[in-house]
Amino acid sequence: MSDTTLKSDGGSSMSQTQRNWLITVLILAAAVAGSFVAGSDSLLYKVFVGPFVEMYEVPDLFVQVLWEGLVAGTLYALVALGFVLIFKASGVFNFAQGIMVVFGGLSLVGFYAAGVPAFLSLALSVAMMYGLAWTVERVVLRPLVNQDPLILFMATIGLTYFLIGFGEFIFGGEPKTMITQEIGLPSGSYDFDWFGGFVSFQKLDIAAAVIAAIMVGCLAVFFNKTRIGRALRAVADDHQAALSVGITLRQIWVIVWFAAGIVALTTGIMWGARSDVSFALQVIALKALPVIILGGLTSIPGAIVGGLIIGVAEKTAEFYWGPLVGGSIESWIPYFIALGFLWFRPQGLFGEKIIDRI
Amino acid sequence: MSSNKLLLGLAGAAMLAGSMVVAPPVQAEDSIFVPMLTYRTGPFAGSGTPIMDGMHDYFTMLNERDGGIGGVMLEIEECETAYNAQKGVECYESVKDRDPVVINPYSTGITLQLIPKAPVDEIPILSMGYGLSATAVGESFPWTFNAPSTYWSQMSGIIRYIEAQGDGIAGQKIGFIYLDVGYGREPIPLLDELASEMGFEVVKIPVGVKDMQNQSSHWLQVRRERPDWMIMWGWGAMNPTAIKEAAKINYPMDHFIGVWWSGGNVDVTPAGEGAVGYLSANFHGTGTDFPAIQDIITHVVEAGKSLADPDTVGDNFYNRGVANAVATAEAIRTAQQVTGVSVVTGVEMREGLENLNITAERLTEIGLEGFMNPMQITCEDHAGAHPIYIQQWDGENWNRVSDWIEPMSDRVRPMLEAAAEAYLADKPEWQTQTCN
Repeated sequence: MSDTTLKSDGGSSMSQTQRNWLITVLILAAAVAGSFVAGSDSLLYKVFVGPFVEMYEVPDLFVQVLWEGLVAGTLYALVALGFVLIFKASGVFNFAQGIMVVFGGLSLVGFYAAGVPAFLSLALSVAMMYGLAWTVERVVLRPLVNQDPLILFMATIGLTYFLIGFGEFIFGGEPKTMITQEIGLPSGSYDFDWFGGFVSFQKLDIAAAVIAAIMVGCLAVFFNKTRIGRALRAVADDHQAALSVGITLRQIWVIVWFAAGIVALTTGIMWGARSDVSFALQVIALKALPVIILGGLTSIPGAIVGGLIIGVAEKTAEFYWGPLVGGSIESWIPYFIALGFLWFRPQGLFGEKIIDRI
Repeated sequence: MSSNKLLLGLAGAAMLAGSMVVAPPVQAEDSIFVPMLTYRTGPFAGSGTPIMDGMHDYFTMLNERDGGIGGVMLEIEECETAYNAQKGVECYESVKDRDPVVINPYSTGITLQLIPKAPVDEIPILSMGYGLSATAVGESFPWTFNAPSTYWSQMSGIIRYIEAQGDGIAGQKIGFIYLDVGYGREPIPLLDELASEMGFEVVKIPVGVKDMQNQSSHWLQVRRERPDWMIMWGWGAMNPTAIKEAAKINYPMDHFIGVWWSGGNVDVTPAGEGAVGYLSANFHGTGTDFPAIQDIITHVVEAGKSLADPDTVGDNFYNRGVANAVATAEAIRTAQQVTGVSVVTGVEMREGLENLNITAERLTEIGLEGFMNPMQITCEDHAGAHPIYIQQWDGENWNRVSDWIEPMSDRVRPMLEAAAEAYLADKPEWQTQTCN
């Protein structure tokens, strides 16, 4: 029985969520008090007080950690956005989103390596993502229409493995260097002397944040203000009702997969520029899973805010708390954080409270 | 039947017919079977591909130029593992009944799986410059070889290099960033031991496989800790990302040393100017300025029999593959001489490996003068504790910046023997050997 049910039944003066808050605050207060009693060498102090003292004493590193978290979070948000777009319109959890990121990045570098000018390569990559969307609709989704969503999910797993093999067949398995400067992305950094240290903002990271913001803005306008956008929201609400008023499901699916493809291409370019373009990049799609747990599968603002929260939280956790347990906690801590959030907001970040009357 | 289904059926029939035309590989009785466990795909393909190209091309060159080894052709066959230990074991199982002469797993994870299988199937394992350090103890591991050097020896060489620079090593802080898998963790026991003996501090920074391309928080830790030197045990996509991040925090590149698996051209080029000055350990030469590599270009690359991009021939990792193939080929030749058998299999190959002695004269003879240090393997020492050198990236090429550095064998060997003993402690049935 969910907490909301309890509340709607009016059976309790304090909701489950409120109780969770109370328990957490009490435990934290006890831990902080305990760490002062135990002294600065105790584990309690190192976990509950030490990191915050360090944030205060070395603010330049704290600002740098927050910035790195925001940039990573922006990119996680973009990947999560790809999942959300497709899920909203077709109810399919697209397992292939990660490989679409790789595929987008590889096609851009691949066209350029074949002698196509940089901006034409970019245009061709966009066209390629459209081709992919069209093919997926024609070959994968259309024959499976009306099937259980789980079947469609399975189909996207198949699509993932197909795209890995196909990508390796066309582009080869070795990693490639992103054509950062050729497509006009900046390099270098702005360094500021702050608080007795320095904080460095990579121009590329700033560009990533700006481009992501523009992209989200465009998507928001597209979904809220255009006819196709309205149709898409109608499909998201109810497939059959949308069909009955003459909305073409096929067209909507192509458009939404194409939009997810563009998001994937952007992520591939940005992440590829930060490290390199290789098939290893697909694992960053896994980073979107805790974002989705947090933000929900159907909420675009949820994907964005969730991405930023996960990005900042995981970098802060790895930097300040990671060394206490030997490091490398970044791989699992996002899930922990997402579950921690659900402890307080079971409906997710922007989810609606579902009231089930039993 | 609808036209669609008919088309599908026809396509299926065509595929079936096509697959029947390609006959399964039949092993010639008079050839030596050299399987290669490769990874040209997956997250580690960037490191794997050039190595596999180098190995493949040297073996092919021997076939083309000399008609194989001792008049016997080599049958080369690749099996793709994607650096996945499970697939590696599948590959091993699929080739073990075809009398492979030796297995080069090219992954510490796969090597660890194959160490117990080798004595049962009587197939030697050559994990050249990787794998389980303890397998250097030949008495305990008769079927596994890890020349030219264990990870422990290599780490001791890198520490020696640091000790020889300006301020010595006592009192210094060394950062150790590593891929958080068996391979990356392998040198830690030695590093800890040396730290307490020599009086330096170690800061360990593990990088999970999922975060290979997401290292910003790891390098911010480096910025906080301000280590005097950084040592990296990275692989695949971890390497270029780490070098980029190091450049981002302005870490002095000439104090950043990679294991010899973190020194590929693909690792440094993405960081551009930022990578200039980066150091890496090595045990063989780079470039194409060797007669044997020229022979590869003539007989294999220009003849269209290579899978390599011609521009990558002579790159560090390509030459690593060549060095591995040279050790394998010379061991086959030694096996032929020692046992008198020309079509050697695993049992003879083990003899060949234990008697392997690639002298400086022999290196000149095979067109690789100065390419690597002379290499000798004995029954007792399957690694050989050979020296290493440090190279530096200048933006276009690797340049040697140190002499040959001898490892600290006096410290490493007792630790290897203790580790071998610990490995065998719970395996009463294990087959050991006595060396005279």
